[in-house]
Amino acid sequence: MPETKSLEELQVIARRVRREIVEMIYEAKSGHPGGSLSAVETLISLYFQVMRHDPKNPKWKDRDRFILSKGHACPVLYAVMAECGYTPVDQLNTLRKMGSIYQGHPDVRFIPSLDASTGSLGEGVSLAIGMGLAARLNGSPSRTFAMLGDGEIQEGQVWEAAMFGAFHKMDNVVAIVDYNHIQLDGFVKDIMEVAPLADKWKAFGWHVISVDGHSIPALETAFAEAAATKGVPTVVIANTVKGKGVSFMENNPKFHGMAPTADEFRLAMQELQ
Amino acid sequence: MAAATKFDLKLGAATREAFGKTLALIARTNPDVVVCDADLSKSTNTHFFAKEFPDRFFSCGIAESNMVAIGAGLAYGGKIPFVSSFSAFVMNKGFEQLRVTVAYPNLNVKVVGTHSGISIGEDGPSQMSIEEIALACSLPGFVVLSPADEVSMAALMHLATAHVGPVFIRAGRMKAPVVYRADRKFEIGKAIEVIDGSDVTIIGTGLLLAEAVRAAETLESEGISTRVMDIHTVKPIDRDAIARAAAETGAIVVAEEHLVDGGLGVRVAQVVAETNPCVMEFVGIQNTFAESASPEELLDKYGLLARDVAAAARKAVARKRA
Repeated sequence: MPETKSLEELQVIARRVRREIVEMIYEAKSGHPGGSLSAVETLISLYFQVMRHDPKNPKWKDRDRFILSKGHACPVLYAVMAECGYTPVDQLNTLRKMGSIYQGHPDVRFIPSLDASTGSLGEGVSLAIGMGLAARLNGSPSRTFAMLGDGEIQEGQVWEAAMFGAFHKMDNVVAIVDYNHIQLDGFVKDIMEVAPLADKWKAFGWHVISVDGHSIPALETAFAEAAATKGVPTVVIANTVKGKGVSFMENNPKFHGMAPTADEFRLAMQELQ
Repeated sequence: MAAATKFDLKLGAATREAFGKTLALIARTNPDVVVCDADLSKSTNTHFFAKEFPDRFFSCGIAESNMVAIGAGLAYGGKIPFVSSFSAFVMNKGFEQLRVTVAYPNLNVKVVGTHSGISIGEDGPSQMSIEEIALACSLPGFVVLSPADEVSMAALMHLATAHVGPVFIRAGRMKAPVVYRADRKFEIGKAIEVIDGSDVTIIGTGLLLAEAVRAAETLESEGISTRVMDIHTVKPIDRDAIARAAAETGAIVVAEEHLVDGGLGVRVAQVVAETNPCVMEFVGIQNTFAESASPEELLDKYGLLARDVAAAARKAVARKRA
């Protein structure tokens, strides 16, 4: 497991990850900055505080697993995995280019240390449950985390999985909703409202924790509560800001899936120093 | 040749029953085998497994998309999941998940679709799968199996379990005539020459293999020497056996209980076109849904009997000689 780091160190990493995200997408000339930037603290908390994993032994059977169900936000996952030492930091800027391991959506064929290939929305909780069932059968302490977008939960399969997860008492599975209120076509409330989010998950039998998704200590506490919750699966609703950290990307649907221009890139990098 | 003495084609178990019983048998010695079903275990016959291994059986409710992706998660976790429902549901409702969560990362998931074809009878077209060979073959890396009887289903189940990678197995509802002796050896990707012949080759798969054998017996009596080949592995297809049949008999009929569009026939035709082009005829379902009736009435109406296969073979031979 990565060595324990102080909150200050983690915040330094978070800022660096944000710069890496913006730079990767700028160099690629395409990608999804908004939902990558909103998920930074959640992934840092998971990879540096919460999950039991070993970058030197990525196939460790009893490791905790992470599934980026909202696969388009892979720049944040690539940057955090590179920070952990799974993959080369100096190749991050090859994102989306021919021959790069950093594919447009997470692909285990190119990065075997990824826990799942994703990209088609709605599938991550089901995958996590399958991994959770395997862990249970193996008597393994392995836990599985799946991060979903808020727009993503419009997919019906999410609720099929939610039903299954509660019915089968999958307490080794944690779903995370990156609640940033924006999807490709605009604000979630204008496209297909998903609120009341907590009530929906509660009605499906999940333990719900609502948390400031940009507070690393709050996230750590939430994941500890999830680990201590037995007999039901937990969903962590991470209240976030899409595009967090870059003023003109924050709460701006335009940056769901658009790379910054050269001027925007320079401005963003200044803001993220 | 005295074909009639070699093939009595007695009705055996349905391939779905052979699947269910073999699955339970395999699970006794392979603790990694687990099963997901979508509220059809009494019909798919995974109930044999469920009764014996309740801890390894996951009832997913009526939710095929979720079931397929849970199967993928189990495979990521090192298990060998058999994911089963009617072909019509697991392949169509689960297709997107088969594509992205199973085929794309090339996971060790076995998909068994029962109640394939129109011979399910009275339940009608919404439950009949007539396109799943096309769907399964369009998934990169999938092995696609279409056993004809209880013997081939049992043998192919063992081979599918041992194969590392995604597999689709097609099973039927009705009792199937037994073509093979119990000790017959099978190999994934290797067609079986059931009857030798030199004037025409009939390639059958699934329930239509027995019809092909019956057709060959009729044709022999008319002086048409007929080769019958079982393509139980639709993908990867046995190119050598097809190329040889094309070269040696110069006429090929493909018979299947599936839409002609995208079925075994077009896959055979591709190999024929690439190797030894010859006359071909296709017996299958022609661009239509079927309807409710008894299986026998449906096979008759939609032209999937030995009579239809023999007619296609006569036509192929006539075209070859023209």
